[in-house]
Amino acid sequence: MSPVFLILALVTLLSAVAAISFRNLVHCSLSLVVTFAGLAGLYLQLHAQFVGFAQVLVYIGAVAILIVFAILLTRSADTPNHAVLAPGWLVGIAVAVVVFGALGLAILKSEAISKKVPAAPEATVKQIGDALMNQYVLPLEVIGLLLTAAMIGAVIIAMRDDKEAK
Amino acid sequence: MLGEAIIKGMAVTAKNFFGSYVSKERLPTVQYPEERLVPKENARQFPFLVYDGDDWEKGLRCVSCQICEKECPPKCIYIIKSKDKKPDYKGQAQFYPARFDIDISVCMSCGICAEVCPFESIKMDTEFELSTGDRFGGLLLPKEKLAKSNEHYRKVHPTDAAASDAVLAAEIAKAEAKAKAAAEAKVKADAEKKPA
Amino acid sequence: MVESLDQLFVNLKHWALGFLPEALQPLVSAVLSIVPLVAVFGGLFAIVTIFERKGLGRIQNRYGPNRVGIPFTDIRLAGFGQFIPDGIKALIKEDVVPRAADKVVHFLAPVVLLIPVLLTYAVLPIGRNMTVVDFDAGVLFFFSVGAAVEISVFMAGWSSRNKYSLLGAMRGIAQMISYEIPLILSAVTVIMLVGSLKTSDIVAAQAGFTAGLPNWFVLTPWGFAGFVMFLIAALAESNRAPFDLPEAESELIAGYFTEYSGFKFALFFLGEYLGMFAIIGLGITLFLGGWHAPFPFLTWVPSYVWFMTKLLAIVFFFIWVRGTLPRLRMDQLMSFAWKFMIPMALINLVVAAVWHFMAGTGAARWVVCALLIAGPYVLLGRGLMENKHLGKRTYRFAD
Repeated sequence: MSPVFLILALVTLLSAVAAISFRNLVHCSLSLVVTFAGLAGLYLQLHAQFVGFAQVLVYIGAVAILIVFAILLTRSADTPNHAVLAPGWLVGIAVAVVVFGALGLAILKSEAISKKVPAAPEATVKQIGDALMNQYVLPLEVIGLLLTAAMIGAVIIAMRDDKEAK
Repeated sequence: MLGEAIIKGMAVTAKNFFGSYVSKERLPTVQYPEERLVPKENARQFPFLVYDGDDWEKGLRCVSCQICEKECPPKCIYIIKSKDKKPDYKGQAQFYPARFDIDISVCMSCGICAEVCPFESIKMDTEFELSTGDRFGGLLLPKEKLAKSNEHYRKVHPTDAAASDAVLAAEIAKAEAKAKAAAEAKVKADAEKKPA
Repeated sequence: MVESLDQLFVNLKHWALGFLPEALQPLVSAVLSIVPLVAVFGGLFAIVTIFERKGLGRIQNRYGPNRVGIPFTDIRLAGFGQFIPDGIKALIKEDVVPRAADKVVHFLAPVVLLIPVLLTYAVLPIGRNMTVVDFDAGVLFFFSVGAAVEISVFMAGWSSRNKYSLLGAMRGIAQMISYEIPLILSAVTVIMLVGSLKTSDIVAAQAGFTAGLPNWFVLTPWGFAGFVMFLIAALAESNRAPFDLPEAESELIAGYFTEYSGFKFALFFLGEYLGMFAIIGLGITLFLGGWHAPFPFLTWVPSYVWFMTKLLAIVFFFIWVRGTLPRLRMDQLMSFAWKFMIPMALINLVVAAVWHFMAGTGAARWVVCALLIAGPYVLLGRGLMENKHLGKRTYRFAD
């Protein structure tokens, strides 16, 4: 494990914990931004440039802003007074530990982990583009269609108000 | 409506930009410390005390009547009346201000003091470069600094000064006529007394 | 001689690195690439603020700053020393933090603004062989890092606990998100035709001359339309007039950085200008041939001089625009982005594809592509203006 990985992992984990433990929702979302940035750093550390930058562009540039906007538009910025932890937090931790243990056991026992994995080939942006446009062109088109449909739906929802007002 | 108006507007500003380097008339700004505008005759800044003759202490017109002190809306004038008297421009014995201070940090340049003064002794000046490093002492002007000659008044406000000079000349003429009449009456009385 | 002048800084760096032990070289190399960049663009920021004030002054028939020159002397330099007292003033001013403010977020906001902005300079090819990091996905890096600026705007606006700051931040984020789409879409045309996200490849694709004119993308129909849209979106992204709604002085005091004073305010100011230079630099790289000379007989001029000349020319154009156009209204801003810019950018994408597939048809592809852009432009422009009833304003009571 390289020191870079350690630092990035620590930053990602700490900010992830911070994101669920702050009282103020805006602080939580800002910690989440740090988590996203840490994840992007991890991708970059694995030489996955395209995925890393796309992570920053999509998650920090769009998703985080969306979260922040949603918080701003829906509730006041005051810090809530109730406890951070839900009443059933002990049960929650127990479930989490059980799930983590089960997953960990399954992974450790699987054959994939004992095999020596050859070093991942460095994927250039061009290769990713070629793969998207040749091999995976149908899934890409389907996703595109889905997103377009969602956008048209959003436009229609936004337009309805206007008609009723008239 | 396809952006032509934007190009037209850009042309106007470009003309302004280059024109300001070519023609001086485009730039109305006066480069103040080096260039200055001649002050307008009606300009008024802070009051000053008028004196006649060469010696400001002797020629000060103020008789310390304290009307201006009472009328001043922000109360920036402070006067202490003298104990003794000295002759004024008419030769009449009058009080004079032992102390006459104007706090120009309080003064609002309304000119009421100059309007109410019956002795033509407090007038408005056009001096405006009065900034100082000492904001308490430097802005409290004593009578030594306030006293300015009648020539200065004639220079900054020629029309008003002429009117004021006329008033004073009339006063002097009246006083002289009165003195003359008194003297003649005295002579007459003396003459009437003699035969008796 | 010409070659060595062109590569002066590159060779200087390699020469300096030769003195160091092998282990230190990567670190020092990075420092030697970054420090001059920060210094040059910081200095450019200082000079451009003066140019802006003087230029706006001249546009409004004033002199602009013309007093301060070299400190402690009588040399005035026509006012070009103004940034020295301005900088000193910003440095020594009291740093006021509102009592109700969220102190940590309030402190972090200017830092979060400046770091991504400085990072974007890493991929700009300032001259031949003068890119700090030549990423495989350089343009994507530029846009992804630039997206972090929005977080800073939000942090500044929200943490100040001031309604003007918050309104400014809301406007700023909405504007940046809206104009990021046409910005990226207009850049995508270039990426599509070059077939690479690497900035040095994009510059290399614009090398050479045809018939005395450079092979810059701005001199093609799709490139011209893309460049104009890129410039408009860049104006909006850098919050400059006529898109300065987030910091509209007359409405919002200073927008999201209303509650900042002293050095933090200066950092916001610096971040904004550096962001503007970076986005202009990307525009030059994508459309104006990067560091290439505009004419064959001028190729002896060093490459970095060309980059800086183009940069300054566009900065002056931005100042000119600021001195001319009034600020847009919020709904005008949004409808311009969503109803005009994005459709045009999408059409331009198709036009670029048509251009690519009509290669070798000579004048025909010029005519077809120009028509494909001009037609929708006229139709969209007319269509949007249809129900606006623009014209001379009439007053009911004032006349």
